[in-house]
Amino acid sequence: MENIENTKELKPVLQLKNVSVSYNPGTFAVKKVSTDIYPNTITAIMGPSGCGKSTLLRAINRMHDLYSNIKTTGEIILKGKDILTMDSMEVRRLAGMVFQQPNPFPTMSIYENVLAGYKLNGIRLSKKEKDEIVEQSLKSVALWDEVKDVMSKRGSFLSGGQQQRLCIARALALKPEVLLMDEPTSALDPISTNKIEELLLELKQNFTIIVVTHNMSQAARVSDNSMFMYLGELIEHGNTTQMFTKPKNKRTEEYLTGVFG
Amino acid sequence: MSLKSKSSINSRKGTDKLVYFLVWLFSFFAMIPLFLILWDVVSKGYKNFNINLFTKVTPSSMDALIANMNGDPIPGGVLNGITGSILIVGLAILISVPLGLFIGIYLSDNRDKKFAGFISYLTDLLQGMPSIVIGIIAYAWVVKPLGSYSAIGGSVALTMMMLPMIVRSTEETMKMLPPSFKESGLALGSSYTSVVFNILLPSGFGGIFTGILLAISRVLGETAPLMLTALGASVVNWNITEPTSALPLLIWDFYNDPNLVELVWSTSLLLLIVIFCLNWIAKIVSRKWKI
Repeated sequence: MENIENTKELKPVLQLKNVSVSYNPGTFAVKKVSTDIYPNTITAIMGPSGCGKSTLLRAINRMHDLYSNIKTTGEIILKGKDILTMDSMEVRRLAGMVFQQPNPFPTMSIYENVLAGYKLNGIRLSKKEKDEIVEQSLKSVALWDEVKDVMSKRGSFLSGGQQQRLCIARALALKPEVLLMDEPTSALDPISTNKIEELLLELKQNFTIIVVTHNMSQAARVSDNSMFMYLGELIEHGNTTQMFTKPKNKRTEEYLTGVFG
Repeated sequence: MSLKSKSSINSRKGTDKLVYFLVWLFSFFAMIPLFLILWDVVSKGYKNFNINLFTKVTPSSMDALIANMNGDPIPGGVLNGITGSILIVGLAILISVPLGLFIGIYLSDNRDKKFAGFISYLTDLLQGMPSIVIGIIAYAWVVKPLGSYSAIGGSVALTMMMLPMIVRSTEETMKMLPPSFKESGLALGSSYTSVVFNILLPSGFGGIFTGILLAISRVLGETAPLMLTALGASVVNWNITEPTSALPLLIWDFYNDPNLVELVWSTSLLLLIVIFCLNWIAKIVSRKWKI
């Protein structure tokens, strides 16, 4: 894994050390994954269904805490602190998450949806601060021009692709360290997908992005580094171009060439 | 071969038509008693359905007898029943809604816990409990210790009847919300409480509110538990520790008094109209706030 793309020669923003996740005692969905994620990169997690890629992603913002049967072990170090020992609410503010289905909160307007993170956390903002955060967040997802005149409409008023960008804006409004995306385009049409992909390339200027994807060409198009997972294990993690042209592991090659998956 | 299959298609089409006709016919028959009930109540109730019904309390049997002999309309109304129903049901709403919401949220969130399964089972039991038994329980729990029939006794009985309905409608509504609402709320770093009050309850408002309205319209007509608890009163009473009347109790009283029996119909009409309106509002709300 010496060839991981590190755009600014910085220290890793996120380090996974022997991370394992089990749904039942003794059976592991993720097995001893160790790797580093560098700032301002996009990392794609690929692999066949059930290989543990979403499970690994959800471990990073402690989503597994919601289900008492799921146990996460190892260390996940975000900016020098092990998030598994931190307060889960604090962790989730540092690691924003975007889900597969666009899910703007149905009772909130577009404006309120962007600010949902602040409202839910009981953070009071002045009207001016709110306006700034909303404008900045919506501009960063290229949605501002499309919605600036319909701010008071419900989030569900937008198209699927717009809704997903709204959800990204909602996560970005809290200025997270890393943005975790769980197949963010698999429920969208090709044009909306394309827009989100362009958006990711913009966003990596300011954020570190990890995206789980089923779509290999998407991984090839947007990611700097790729992780290939199989049966809960991290098989290979390296520079995307290199992995797609000269995979080191036989199973990675087989997956990428369509032998299984 | 082709001929045979054609005839079998025809016979299947024939069966379809017959079944469709039977479904239509039985639905039509089922509607008839409903319309007859409505017709009876309206045609007999409209005579005394006037402003007196809403502004005056129950007349004494003597006054009604004199009015009947003179051919005058009955000099009184059901104001004490209207205010009593508002008081008793209002109190029951205040107790059962918060309780029911919390239990419903708990059940929807902890489906596989043993304790939740137990609570869920108890809820079903309570739902199937005969109302007279609930009345007796409320009598033993509230009327006896307080030493007097009271509105609060009636409210406790009605609470027990409303609770399972509110629990179930909250639980079912919550289950229908996509799990990602809760997850994405929590993913923004908020607390569970905040997600429940800012996202889940508002998102499920339509279903929950409809359930509450239907529960209200169900208990508005409950008589048996109130006989053992609120008892009834011929005056307007707003004191929750005093005996209080209610619309269904008045219907029972009127039925037992030959001089007042005419009021049975107008009071029933009033009760039907209120329940009809509640159901109608419930329908609009559930359509408008669909998830």
